[in-house]
Parts: sequence; C-alpha cells; structure tokens
Amino acid sequence: MDGNSSEIEKNNIEENWSTTVRFAGDSGDGMQLTGGRLTFEAAISGMGLATFPDYPAEIRAPAGTTFGVSSFQVRFGEGLIASSGDHADILVAMNPAALKVNIKEVLPGGLLILDSSSFNDRGIKKAGYEENPMENNSLAGLQIISADISNLTIEAVKEFGLGNKDGLRCRNMWTLGLILWLFTKEISETVDWLENKFGKDSILTKANVAALNAGHTYAENSEISSDILRKVVPKSTPKKGKWRAITGAESLAFGLATGAIKSKLNMTLCSYPITPASPIMHYLANYELKGISIYQAEDEIAACCSAIGVSYAGGLGVTSSSGPGISLKTEAIGLAVSVELPLIIINSQRAGPSTGLPTRAEQSDLMQAIYGRHGEAPLVVLAPKSPSDCFEIAQKAIYISIKYMTPVMILSDAYLTNASEPWLIPDISKIKDNSVSFGEYHENYMPFERNPDTLARKWVKPGTKGMEHRIGGLEKDSISGNISYDPENHQKMTNLRAKKIQNIQKEFNKIEIIGPDKGDLLVIGWGSTNGPISEARELLTNKGYTISHSQISCLWPISDSLKVIASKFKSVIVIEMNDGQLFNLLKVDTIPNAKSLTQVSGKPFRVSHLIDEFKNIIELGN
Amino acid sequence: MSINEEPTKLKPTDYASDQEVRWCPGCGDYAILNAVKKTLADKQAKKENTVFVSGIGCSSRLPYYMATYGFHTIHGRAPAFAAGIKITNPELDVWVITGDGDALSIGGNHFIHLLRKNLNCQVLLFNNEIYGLTKGQASPASRTGTISPSTPGGSLEAPISACELALSSGGTFIARGVDTAIKQLVPTLSKAQEHLGTSLVEIYQNCIVYNDDVFKSFTDKSVALEKQIHLEHGEPMLFGENNKKGLSINKDYSGLEVIDLELNEKDISRVLIHDYTNKTIANLLTQMDQNSMPVALGIIYCVEKPTLDQYYTEKLNKHKNEISNIMEKGQTWTI
Repeated sequence: MDGNSSEIEKNNIEENWSTTVRFAGDSGDGMQLTGGRLTFEAAISGMGLATFPDYPAEIRAPAGTTFGVSSFQVRFGEGLIASSGDHADILVAMNPAALKVNIKEVLPGGLLILDSSSFNDRGIKKAGYEENPMENNSLAGLQIISADISNLTIEAVKEFGLGNKDGLRCRNMWTLGLILWLFTKEISETVDWLENKFGKDSILTKANVAALNAGHTYAENSEISSDILRKVVPKSTPKKGKWRAITGAESLAFGLATGAIKSKLNMTLCSYPITPASPIMHYLANYELKGISIYQAEDEIAACCSAIGVSYAGGLGVTSSSGPGISLKTEAIGLAVSVELPLIIINSQRAGPSTGLPTRAEQSDLMQAIYGRHGEAPLVVLAPKSPSDCFEIAQKAIYISIKYMTPVMILSDAYLTNASEPWLIPDISKIKDNSVSFGEYHENYMPFERNPDTLARKWVKPGTKGMEHRIGGLEKDSISGNISYDPENHQKMTNLRAKKIQNIQKEFNKIEIIGPDKGDLLVIGWGSTNGPISEARELLTNKGYTISHSQISCLWPISDSLKVIASKFKSVIVIEMNDGQLFNLLKVDTIPNAKSLTQVSGKPFRVSHLIDEFKNIIELGN
Repeated sequence: MSINEEPTKLKPTDYASDQEVRWCPGCGDYAILNAVKKTLADKQAKKENTVFVSGIGCSSRLPYYMATYGFHTIHGRAPAFAAGIKITNPELDVWVITGDGDALSIGGNHFIHLLRKNLNCQVLLFNNEIYGLTKGQASPASRTGTISPSTPGGSLEAPISACELALSSGGTFIARGVDTAIKQLVPTLSKAQEHLGTSLVEIYQNCIVYNDDVFKSFTDKSVALEKQIHLEHGEPMLFGENNKKGLSINKDYSGLEVIDLELNEKDISRVLIHDYTNKTIANLLTQMDQNSMPVALGIIYCVEKPTLDQYYTEKLNKHKNEISNIMEKGQTWTI
C-alpha cells in the first residue's frame, strides 16, 4: 500500500487558525531552505510557529529514491503553537519518492503541490510506485496543483545563461513563489534576503529572483484551479521587541556562552563529531565569542576528559554528544563526580539502541543519565522543554555546576536540536552576574572541605600559590582529599556526594503546573514532549475538560514535592518517548498509581493521539 | 608552613608531598621520582605552576608524591586531560605520567593524537613491558614469548615501540632513558621540559616483582658500555669501551650497523654525527634490534613545530565578538 491519507481522522475540536506546510524532496533540492523562508515570512507576521526538519542519516542518497527524501515541516498560526503539527495541510513534493514517503502525513482535503515533470516513468519506478499515482485515483480527496516546475524554472532563468543543471537548482525558489502567493504574501522580503545572501548583482540572485517571480506569477495568473483557496494569514500580536527564529542547538550554544560570560569564565566546548549534536559545536566555533572556544578531540572519551581538564584548570568545560558518545564518556563523567569539578554534558538524544536512528528523536537515555555510571555517582540531570528553553536550561546548568562543583547533564534530543521557534532576543545586560570565586591562598587548606550550605568543595585552580594539592579517582579522605581506603570514610563520602545532589532540589523551588493544582488529570512530561502535551491540554481545556500539566525540568534530583502535588489528582499520566523510564522512576515511591504513555518511533507525539488518551482517562474516570 | 616562609632555594625534597610512597621496594619508579624532583629543583620550577597528570597504573601514582598540583585521572586518558588544562592555561608546566599499558594500549589513541597536535607538555612513559598494578599480564610492549598470567604459553604478539610510534605520529621531541641512570635522565628531562611541544621520554623501568631484569641485557653494569649509546646532538655516534665503536648506515641502506674502530680507525669517517632533526636516522635509531645493536638513549629526535596551545591562544585572542551582537545577527524582526 502506498499510504492512504484517509486513515487520518480529524479530532472534532475547534482549533485556532493554524496551518502546516511540509516541503519534501531530494536532499539536494533545497527543501530545508525553502521551508526556512516560509518560516521567516510567517514569523514577521507575528505568528506563533514551530518547525520540524526531518532528514535521513545518509547525506546524499541516490536522487529520486525514497531513502533520499528530506523534508521540512513548518506550522504557524494563532494561539499556542508548540508543536510542528500532526499532519500537513499542504505538501510540496518535488518528486514521486517525496510524495510516496510523505503522503500519509497529509490531511484529507489537503493540498499537494507536485512537479509534474518528475512524474515520468523513471521517477515513478525509482520511487517504487507500480504506476503513476497522479493517474490511478490514489490521490482522491486531495487538492492537487501539478505544474511542470522543472521546465518553467529553466525557462525563467534561461536569460542568465544558467544551464539545465544549475537552472534546476532554482526550482525551490519557483515553488516558494507559488507558496507565498497561496499565503497572500509578496516576494519582496525574499528578494531582499537573496540580495543579501548572494550580492545584489550576482547571477545567482538574478536567477533565483526570476524563478521566485515566475512561481508567484504562475499562481497569480490563475492557472491554479479556482476552488483552491488562498490562505490569508491573520496578523497576530506577540510581545514587543526584537525577534528571531531559533533552533534548540543555537539556543543551547547561546545559553552556554551567556552562562560562561556571566560567570566570568573562559569556556571550551570539547566535542567529537556526532549526529545530531554537532551543530552546537559548529555554532560556537563560528560565533568567535570573547573567551569562548571549541576543541575537537580525537574521540568521545578524549572530548569529555579534555572538558574536565578545562574545568580543572579554571575554565568551564563542556562536552556535547549523543547516545553512543555519551556511553563512551561515562567513565570520565564518573571521575568528574568523584573529584567534584564543574562539567556540563549535553546529550542530544537520538533513537537507540546502538547506532539506532541517528537523526530521529527519543528520550531513552534518561536512566543512563541518572544511573549510568559505575559506583554511586550522582549528578544533576536537566531537560529543556523547547528550543527557547534550551537557553535558560544551559545557564541554569552552569550556575548549578559551579555553585555545587558537580557535573550537570542536559538531556536535549534530535527534535529539539533541529526544531525552531520564534525567540524574543533577550537583553543580556539584564541577566544577573554569577562570578565565580576561586579558592585563594589560606593556611591549612583542605581540598575536600565543604561549604556547609551547598556541600561544595572549593574550586582551586593550578597556578594558585601555596594551595598545591592532588586529586584523583581513588576514594579521598572527606577532608584532606588524601587517598583513603577507610570503610567509614567511603560510606561518608558516598553519603555526602548523594546529599550534595539532593540539596540541589532547592534551586528549583516550585514545580510549575499549568492548570489547576488539583483535579481529574495531571500530565507529567519532560523535554520536547512539552509541545504536543501543551497543545493537547489547551484544546481539551477549551472544551471544558480539567487537565493540569507539569513538564519536569530537573529530572535529578527529583523534587520531593512532586509526590504531594500528584496526590491531589485522580489520575496521573507520564508521557515520554521511551519505554517508560521516568514512569518507572516515579512509580517506585513518588507516584505509585501513575499511568504511562510511551512512544518509541523516533517521531514526536501527535497532539491528536494525546487528546484521545487524555479524554479516555478522564471520561472513564481511571 | 605559611606561604611567605617558603625557602628561596628549593631542594629536590621540597618537591615531595607528605604522602608516603607506596611502590614496591626496589621499584624503578623510585629512581624516576627522584630524577623528576631533581630536574624541578635544578630549574627552581614553581610548584604552583607545575601540574602532574596521570592515567592508571603503578607509574600513574606519581602525582600523589609531588608537592605540586596533581591529577590522577582514568586509564589511558591523561593526554586528553592535559590538552584541556593547557588550552585553558598555557602557562602551566604540565607533565603527563604514563606507562606502557596506559599509553600504548588503552590510551593509544590519545597518545598518538597528543603527539600529532604537539601540545606543549612532557610525557614520561614508564616502560616496564608489563602490567604491574593488575599483577603481571603481558602488555603491548612485552616481548614475544613473554610468559604471564594471561599468556601462560608465552605471548604471541609483537611488541610495539613507543618511540617509533611517536615518530610516525608526528612527535617533535623523542628521547629515552633508564630509570636508575639518573645522571643521564635528569638532563634529558630538563631538555624535555624546555622543548616547546610534546616531549616524549620513554624510560626503561624495572618492575622488580613481575618483570625483573627484563632490561638487564643492556642496563646491567657489566654490559652497559657496550649495549648503550648515549646520543649527543652534533657529536659522533660512539659507544663502547673508550668509544671504540660507532654507528653507521649499513651497506644496503636498510638500517644501522656497528663499526668496530679497533679493527680500522679510519672508519671513523663513516660514523654518523647525531643530528636530532634528522627523522630518517631517528627512525633507524628507534628500530635497532636490542640483541645485535646497542640501545639508543638520550634525545633521539627534536624539531620545532607550532604547538597546540600556541594555536589556541592565538585563535582565542582573535575572538572579539559579543554575544548580544551574535544573537542579533541574521534575520530578525521587530514587533
């Protein structure tokens, strides 16, 4: 079966205006770029928006094949737009393979925009279709705009002397022109952008503008069937200020840099290339910020060890990776716990086990983050819930790591890393300073003496005269830090390390609940599930249901207050993209009667799926 | 002792921490520890600017015994920690302490990349050709046929040569010493410390418990003169009693050979002059078969190349951007 859009049923729930457009084509077709432009056009209208790039692990798989299809989904509209949309209202498919892979994502009655010239025998066969899907009724119930985009583009750019091959590269701009017309948008913003990108007089600018114009004019000249309605994008009025779009990876990079700057520390991100974590390293490398650098290590282990070396020497060490790399760093992280040095570890989680699905999101490294080290080696685990929240969480991680002299792990995921949303650019000067005070010379210095409030030891960096001392992975005397094999001391140190981390609960004084603090249903989530959960909650609340939602930012230590909060609800459900890891953690003694809803498909939850589940629980009363 | 009362002239013992040394009696590590302390005292090295970083193994306990800064890390990874330390504070004098298992087996990757990146630090590789701390298993440096708990029938694998590996990894300072030969070891360590870049010093170290006398064939007093050649830059490669033997390229240009000057004094013209910038000869010196040839000691190879810390410092100095400007770069819109 080629996938059938009629499987999708709409929830009979009124929604605010929003629309979802999915661009799909070969990896080289420029779909991410085209999607990005539409995103920007929506953003300047003040729309709420969320994007979701969906691409294969292969860089340039053979053209026209289903496994080479890359796509970019953008959803924008009024009200709460926290997820990139369950299904597409509009699908742009640049070839049969793109149609085949994405047709099941299109809503009934949705609009397809197809390049008819790619639906030749070769293209159809390559995609694995038996026959031309445009001719066999398999697209019934959908609106179709089928244009010979390839030839129309070549025709439009001919005067600039571009050959067929280069000319075809402008296909995405032709398509964008058509899409902009559909949304009653002019092309001027994109023309400005092209001029900025390639230079005003560049042939590339001229050709792309010509293609853009041709697409726009094609649509305007009503060669599009009259029953296809143009979508008028309403104006929205978000908070005043300067905005930009931001992905989770950029937001983490900004947050880390801001945290380091506010701590007056030099920061080095030590990393090894891995999908989907590498963008964080690329961003920081390109920013060339004062006092901030990256170090590309020889392997994952070295990356983590170097980051610890950075912190040992008095900088802020950060290491970033994804599941396979985090596994390799594990032993070094244990050392950082043992020697009690600051360290930020970012895990952009991807679907596992093993190599798994490198470009797809999952939340299955939670237990690894909390417990995945030999010995009793507690650390702090934080999870950002949206691209913007990555900025806050990164700073919080740094604050805690320094104040408590502990590694902090940030659990992001492949979705958050790549997804984008509008972001009100913060005024950095208004963010509080958090200057580190390093240990200076004093008599009788004991390396493991602790601050009675935080239980943190002093951060004394090499170069400090009179404070020379030795640290290491062997168990240390609880005061002097000298090697100690004493059983009582080991028990004491184990307790101290655990207590220090538990203490950090007080940095998150209140668990945030959206909705009433008692009622029928409390939904608990963490990380990127925030988008679909929030939307599902809002839609059901508008329908008169009572639902509360808490997205846990600090996954370790788990707040003691969660138990009390949860006890005020008839039902509690834990939503996560794994086999129930947080659920298992909570049911032990925090919320014994919690329910679990899990999904391990590499894709985010659909809002409609959550709505059904929540309604069921409330209506059945269990 | 308060900070102001520190003696102006530091003695080797001033570099010792208050921790009791816990190596086996008679271990070669004691001699190396003394050589290190003497080297630091000779240089009047600042304790606060000196950092010893180690991995895991007998040798890696050394930092605990020094009154400087010290970091006993995890198995094989000391070079990676050193990199983080030096790119953060290039002023620190970093000594990486490692062993043959630590550097050449579990940490092999870090070892070659440290040399390739030319981080400005010293690597002292205590080579005893055995895993000591885990009770005597064959190591990657063990000779073929080594009988050990893990190779009761004798090891099958060929040993790896630390210096040869270091050369091919792009090392810029490669030297060798013998644990008990402090007189030669101290100046070598001193030169290693002065070198800008990664300085590898492989130190033949006797493990008295698990591999006793493994180096006897060239370290024993009775044979030392004939079986060791102490290299001096710019000097002819002479050794043996009354320097009556020399090293030369062999006739088929495939390696080095020993020339007996007692047989023909005129052969002195064939003896090589040690030029430690010559990588080809350095290679041949590290490849000499211990059975038929002397063991090359001292500085085998030394060249100058940009260091990783230099590169980092220069790069970081060029970073001038402010975060608020970067955040506003690209496409923004104002509402």
